Amino acid sequence: MTVLVLVEHDGGAVDELSLQALTFARSLGEPEVMLVGGADAVERLDVATAHVAEDERLALYAPGAWASALGEVIDRVAPAAVVAAGTNRGNEVLAHLAARRDLPLAANCTAVVAENSAGGAGAEGGGLLTVTRVRWGGSLLEEARVHSQLPLLSVAPHALPAAVGEGAPAVERFAPAVDDADLLVRVAEHVDEVTAGISLAEAKVVVSGGRGVGSADGFGILEELAALLDAAVGCSRVVTSAGWRPHTDQVGQTGTKVSPDLYIACGISGATQHIAGCKGAKKILAINSDAEAPILANADYAVIGDLTAIVPAITAELRKARSP
Amino acid sequence: MRILVCVKRVPLTGGKMVLTADEQALETRHLGFTISPHEECGVEEAVRLVEHHGGEITVLTLGPPEAEEQIRETLAIGADRGILLADGGEEWDPQATAAAIVTTIETEQAAGGEFDLIVFGNESADSGNYQVGIRVAHALSRPVVTGLKGLSVEDGRARCEQEVAGGRDVYVVPLPAVVTVLEGINLPRYPSVPAKLRARQKPVERISPERPSARLEKLRLVVPPGQGKQAEILGQGPDAAPAVVEVMRELGVA
Ligand SMILES: Cc1cc2nc3c(=O)[nH]c(=O)nc-3n(C[C@H](O)[C@H](O)[C@H](O)COP(=O)(O)OP(=O)(O)OC[C@H]3O[C@@H](n4cnc5c(N)ncnc54)[C@H](O)[C@@H]3O)c2cc1C
Repeated sequence: MTVLVLVEHDGGAVDELSLQALTFARSLGEPEVMLVGGADAVERLDVATAHVAEDERLALYAPGAWASALGEVIDRVAPAAVVAAGTNRGNEVLAHLAARRDLPLAANCTAVVAENSAGGAGAEGGGLLTVTRVRWGGSLLEEARVHSQLPLLSVAPHALPAAVGEGAPAVERFAPAVDDADLLVRVAEHVDEVTAGISLAEAKVVVSGGRGVGSADGFGILEELAALLDAAVGCSRVVTSAGWRPHTDQVGQTGTKVSPDLYIACGISGATQHIAGCKGAKKILAINSDAEAPILANADYAVIGDLTAIVPAITAELRKARSP
Repeated sequence: MRILVCVKRVPLTGGKMVLTADEQALETRHLGFTISPHEECGVEEAVRLVEHHGGEITVLTLGPPEAEEQIRETLAIGADRGILLADGGEEWDPQATAAAIVTTIETEQAAGGEFDLIVFGNESADSGNYQVGIRVAHALSRPVVTGLKGLSVEDGRARCEQEVAGGRDVYVVPLPAVVTVLEGINLPRYPSVPAKLRARQKPVERISPERPSARLEKLRLVVPPGQGKQAEILGQGPDAAPAVVEVMRELGVA
């Protein structure tokens, strides 16, 4: 059984999340992949065939055109399912395909099994697929049945390991039939923005503040500690809604997902939507005046008390420990 | 401009996900509700566009009767009228949701003219299906740009900005169009008390569409493992600072 996987790449290398999607696809059948451009990026793909759509007009992303190209390969290969990474583009392209063909799409799946198939995985015999998918940005899971002859599935980021392996896939280049309507929505311009300081998504340490910080000025003591630790400063949604910090600092389901070695949550209660953004941290330290706050059930370490006294004390202790 | 914003009512779940006994839904008896954050920003964006260009905003939701509360919230920050599609107490899958919205839009447009802009959240906060806006756009043969962190309208065209690695991608599409937005595109305003009172007088129409069978059929919900760790208490107050620094050393971040 063939599973067609949409693979994203940056010209040279295949996206990590697409390799995770490939792992997911393997649990269903034999993957073939489709890329838009990037014939040089296929070496890391341990698959038999790579379909590469080549067209200068696709140098800039156009979701409708990607969906057309994917549709062409579907018609040629007749896969049993189509899989993409649960990225902005992966979800978007599959949604276009789903809309055009009136098919269901299960977004951000973590697992899939074929029902009615004697002898393990595989959807032979027209059995339906049951998927586990992510809700609430990861705070809840749903088991769902996909009623479709051609299930479209995207794969939740970081739910599965990336497929590793070397391959020498047969590269089948093709010029997709792309029309003007497919190109109506296309990236017209890319504006570079250099962000100052340490990026929240990549920081090794994040010092994050919530309502308990009390005000925009209250973040001064968090910034001081962050500067000592080469950390980024994050915050909760209450903080951005109040206008104390910009939305780019927000950690959570509707903010940034972080994965530092240490996440220090100061005056943050630990709502599920906040935890959805910081549960990728190796360790969480909570500083909270309430020993019953839900954050304690998600943290590794806690200090109970007033953050306005505790945070400066940690800063002072760090300075002391560093001065010879 | 004639603008339609589609919003969803979702529970404020707090610190823990708790399911009903049949595992079909979250236990919400003790919870408050809100508009999904992306859509809250969608309404704010529509209000700003109308403040600038003039026009009218309709807000549509598919949900329980109580979702009128969320429609009233949008009427209090500047929307003009609401449409509540009653879901009959069940969750609708994304295909059925999009189909019901399309039918309503077609009726509305036949009666009152085209919507120049139809605004969705990029994904709903609860079910996170990432597709309803795109399906509606296709059914209406309109361009759709998703995940916006910036939007402006000029000369019948929408300039749409997405945040991507290293900067922003910009799309320019002709109106009428569909857009899906993300929280952070703006900072929504709080309604004033007089505006809340005026909102009570604004019209909300109710429609009860038929729910088709789900092609993405929810079987059950599962709370993922990981909830319920026990944090090691390093101490109380500032006296805990040395213990904290010790932990930082062990983790190699001090
Ligand atoms: C769909 C949806 C999406 C959401 N997305 C996000 C998101 O992306 N990110 C996010 O953060 N939230 C999000 N939220 C909001 C979330 O539900 C919570 O409302 C929010 O995280 C609470 O912020 P908080 O912890 O700062 O405030 P609170 O819940 O009010 O907690 C404040 C905490 O500070 C403590 N405290 C107070 N004073 C002190 C002091 N002096 N010293 C020490 N501790 C003190 C209190 O004990 C309390 O625990 C979302 C909500 C919804 C419905």
